[in-house]
Amino acid sequence: MDKPTVGIFDFACCEGCQLQIVNMEEELLDLVSVINPVQWREGSSDKAERVDIAIVEGSITRAEDEEHAHDIRSRAGIVIAIGACATFGGVNKLKNNFDLAEVKQYVYGDSARMHHLNTQPTKGINEVIHVDYNIQGCPMNEKEFSYAVRCLAKGVEPVIPNHPVCVECKMRGNVCRYEYNEICLGPLTRAGCNAPCPTGGFWCFGCRGWVDNPNTDAARDIMDYYGLTVEQLKGKMRLFNSKQEHTDE
Amino acid sequence: MSKTVDINEQHVTRVEGHGNIRVRASDGAVEQVEWQVPEAPRFFEAMVRGRDYQDIQTIVSRICGICSVTHSLAAIKAIEAAMGISVSEQTDKLRILTHYGEQLESHSLHVGYLVAPDLLGVNSVLPLVESHPDVVKTIIRIHRLGNDWMELLGGRRTHPVTLRPGGFGKLPRESELKKLRNDLENIIPDLKTVAQVIGDLAPKLPAFNRDTEYISLLNEGEYSFYHGRIASTDTEETKDVDEFESVVNEYVSPQSTAKWTRWHRDAYAVGALARFNLNAEELKPLAKETAQNLGLTQGCCNPFMNNVAQVVECVQVVEHGIELLDDVLSQGIEEEVPAPKPAPGTGVGCVEAPRGILFHKYSFDEHGVCQGGNICIPTNQNHANIQKDFESFVPQIIDRDQEEVRLLLEMLVRSYDPCISCSTHYLNVDFV
Repeated sequence: MDKPTVGIFDFACCEGCQLQIVNMEEELLDLVSVINPVQWREGSSDKAERVDIAIVEGSITRAEDEEHAHDIRSRAGIVIAIGACATFGGVNKLKNNFDLAEVKQYVYGDSARMHHLNTQPTKGINEVIHVDYNIQGCPMNEKEFSYAVRCLAKGVEPVIPNHPVCVECKMRGNVCRYEYNEICLGPLTRAGCNAPCPTGGFWCFGCRGWVDNPNTDAARDIMDYYGLTVEQLKGKMRLFNSKQEHTDE
Repeated sequence: MSKTVDINEQHVTRVEGHGNIRVRASDGAVEQVEWQVPEAPRFFEAMVRGRDYQDIQTIVSRICGICSVTHSLAAIKAIEAAMGISVSEQTDKLRILTHYGEQLESHSLHVGYLVAPDLLGVNSVLPLVESHPDVVKTIIRIHRLGNDWMELLGGRRTHPVTLRPGGFGKLPRESELKKLRNDLENIIPDLKTVAQVIGDLAPKLPAFNRDTEYISLLNEGEYSFYHGRIASTDTEETKDVDEFESVVNEYVSPQSTAKWTRWHRDAYAVGALARFNLNAEELKPLAKETAQNLGLTQGCCNPFMNNVAQVVECVQVVEHGIELLDDVLSQGIEEEVPAPKPAPGTGVGCVEAPRGILFHKYSFDEHGVCQGGNICIPTNQNHANIQKDFESFVPQIIDRDQEEVRLLLEMLVRSYDPCISCSTHYLNVDFV
C-alpha cells in the first residue's frame, strides 16, 4: 500500500498542537516513514491539491474560514481535528459568552468597524464540516496523535479513551485537588492525557472535553461534600467548555 | 530594463501563523510593497473579563503555543503587581530557569527547523534528514532538552501548570535539578556544533542593513529576559514597565488584524537582535565568544542577523542556566506553598518572549475577578518594522528573478521569528 498523503491545516488557535507534532522529535522521523506529508505550512513550503488525511487545528471564527474548511473537506479523504480549538472550540468559545460587537469594540476601539476585523461566534470544526476523528486536548497529546495517525495509515480504527481523568490521576498517585480546596474537572473530563495538570500541582480544567455521559450526579455530590456550589463548578467548566452540553444545564 | 514583478504570496510558510506578502512592480519601478496580517483575531483581552485571577494564565497561555511559558509568566507578574503579592528568591530563580527552557526550545526550533532549510536550499527540514543527518540529530537533541527543561519545571512541555501567582504549585526535586544541570553541561558541544554550522551558512544571509530602533528589557548586571526597565537604542532614557502603553503606542493598520506599534520613529524592532544590541556586554563568556565567532557585533542593523543572535542566546541561557542551577542547588530547595490573597488593583507584567518584549496588564476587583486586560505582543511590535524593511529592501532586489525576490522576502519575514497567532497569525507573499 502506498503511504497516505497528509496535509496539516490551521485556523484560529495558538498552533500549540502543531508544535506537539514537532515535539515528537526523532519519532516524527519515524512517523514520516508511514505517511507522506505533502502540505504543512508551518513546517514546509510544499503545497498539495488532494490529501488522504487532513489534520486540522484551530477554531472557525470567520465566513472565509468556513469556506476554507469546506475546501479542505472536499480535498481530503479523512479529516482529523486536533486540539480543543478544533474539536469543540475550547478557550476560543469564551468569546461566545459576550456580545460580539462589544468584544470587538473592547479590543479594537474606534477601529472595530474596519472590515478586516470582522468576527463570528467561535465554532469547532465539527460544527462546519464532517470530522472523522478527534484528538482532544490543549494541547493535544502527541503520543495519542501518533497512535491515531499510525492506526489510520494501516486502516485500523484508533481507540480513544472514554473514562474520566480521575482514573489516570489516581494511577499516578496524586492527592485529589479537592483536598486542596480547589475545583478540579477530572471527574467529568475525558482521560488520555495521563493527568499532567493535577500531577503538576494544578486542577484539571477540562481541556479534553467531557466524557460521553459524564456522571453529573456524582459531580454534584462532590460539590456538596466539599461545601462548594454547582455554580462554582460551572464557572470552571466554562473556561474550556463554554456553550457545550452539560456546561450550561 | 523592462520588468514586471507580481508577487501575491498567501500565507507565508514555515512561520507560526498567517501572513501575506504583496509586491507589485512594473518596468523596475516598485508600485506596491505590503506585509499583510490576515490572522483571525481571537479577542483574549475581552475574554478574560469576569474570570477569577487564578484562571488568567491558563487562558492567556493559549495566545501562543510556542511562547506559553512567557505568556503565563507575564500574566502572573501582572497579577502579582496588581495585588501586591511578593514571591521568594527561589521562585524568582526557578521561573527564570523555566523561561530559559522555552528560549532554548523556541530558538532551536526556529533556527534549526524553519530557517536552516532556506540556507540549505530546501523546502523543509525533512530533506535535511537525508542530506545532513548529523545536523538534524544535533538540533533535535537541543530542542528536546529545551522541552524536557520546561516540562520538569513547568509540568508540561506546552501551556505550563506549575506556575501560579505567589509561587510554584509543584517544586522540582533536587535530584531532578542535578540531572538537568548535567544535561545542560552535556549539550554545550552540540551548541558549538550548531554555531559552527550557522557560522558557515551566515554568508548566505543577505547583507541588508537599515538603521532601526531596537527595544528590549534592560537590567543592570545581567543579560535580561525577565527583570528590568524598557530600553531603546534611540535614547538613554529608560521607562518603567508600568508605562509600556506610552512606548508601544498601538494603532490599527488596514493591512493587519494585529495592531501595530511605534515609539521614537514610525517603527521599531524587538527580539533576540534587540536584546543583543542593548545587553551584549552582559553576555556570559561562551555566549560572548560565540557572538564574536559569528561576526555579530553590537549596533547590528541587519534583521537577518536575528537568527544569529538566537544562536548566541541559546548558549547564553544554557550557560546562565547552569549558574542559576548551581545557585539554587547550593541553597537547597525549600518547600513553599503559594498562598496569594486576592486584592483590587491594576498591574503590568513584562517578560522577554523568544521573539521579543511582551506586556500584559490586568485590573481586578476586591474578589480577584478580572475587570479587563491589555496585552501587547512582540510580533505586533515587529509588524510595522517588517513593512519598513520591505520598503527599503524590495528596491534593492527588484531586478532579480521573481522567485528569488519572493524567497528573500519570505526569509526576511522568517528572520523575525514571527508568532502571528500571538499577534493574531500571518505570512503570504503576494507579488502583483
